[in-house]
Amino acid sequence: MSAPEPGDALRAAQLRYVLRLADTSLVLGQRLGEWVGHAPQLEEDLGLANLALDLIGQARLLLTYAGELEGRGRDEDALAFLRDAPEFLNLTLAEQPNGDFGHTIVRQWLIDTWQLQLYAGLSASSDARLAAIAAKALKETRYHHRFSSGWLVRLGDGTPQSHERMQQALDSLWRFTPELFAADEVDEVVCRAGIAPSLAQLQPAWSAQVDEELRAATLARPPAAPHPWYGKRGVHSEHLGHLLAEMQHLPRTFPGARW
Amino acid sequence: MSHEWPLFEVFIRSRSGLEHRHVGSVHAADARMAVEHARDVYTRRLEGVSIWVVPSAQITASDPGEAEALFEPARDKVYRHPTFYDIPDEVKNL
Repeated sequence: MSAPEPGDALRAAQLRYVLRLADTSLVLGQRLGEWVGHAPQLEEDLGLANLALDLIGQARLLLTYAGELEGRGRDEDALAFLRDAPEFLNLTLAEQPNGDFGHTIVRQWLIDTWQLQLYAGLSASSDARLAAIAAKALKETRYHHRFSSGWLVRLGDGTPQSHERMQQALDSLWRFTPELFAADEVDEVVCRAGIAPSLAQLQPAWSAQVDEELRAATLARPPAAPHPWYGKRGVHSEHLGHLLAEMQHLPRTFPGARW
Repeated sequence: MSHEWPLFEVFIRSRSGLEHRHVGSVHAADARMAVEHARDVYTRRLEGVSIWVVPSAQITASDPGEAEALFEPARDKVYRHPTFYDIPDEVKNL
């Protein structure tokens, strides 16, 4: 990159911001896709696949936009299939393995509640393209949240075994939640430009909603986790590389393959 | 699938003004989940604007063994069919 002008700095931050949103949806969608053929019931199989398709649809819109912002001729496929793990900017939480059904539900619910706040804020973005994508995604996310919060309560307030496993899932995934609201210079630049809502302002509403739904699910909120993660800066847990290997194998082995 | 969830019958209204129609059934642990499953299984291609679910166990069905007694007597009463009227073309969904 050449020496950045002030306008270039904003555009670069905007690009990274859009990629973070896109990659979080893409990676989470890919994870949910792993359930296809393995879910506990045929109907849940379809339900999880529907969530995955919504998320991948969001990722396609966002990646296409990112490619245009970047201006180097990369389309959605090039960005999804030809970048390596350090170039992916998804939240670390999104790439965590499916685990048991309870892990998948807790991961989904944590991201759904986050996306609810975020997309609602982004619907008022000064960036009309991003606002339109967020408005569409918000409708989808409301259903995702209905699905995941329903399961959270059903299993959390279910049998002793289901309760225990949900609490375990929550305990193991909670440490990734600080990253959801950890603002860095990219977030600050796009927030100042009116492109994105302030993460610090979204956090209390998210926290209150999480508390309320955890109460309904009779689950205990784990203690605050000090360790921040940096997936959105390209520093990932060991799981993302394996996910990408599976997701990217075919387009990389057979470039331009169609069927 | 050793412990199956109960079955719910699914009714979908395809658009405003039309009636709900039986489209099939889903397994679900409760009614809320049944609506979600019905949405995911039966409205993926914009088939509906409204969903009803009913526990299959709540449906009382006629006995096939009684079919003769129930339905045969109507067979020779053709005068009950409104086939002697002209229906205007403008009337849809009658």
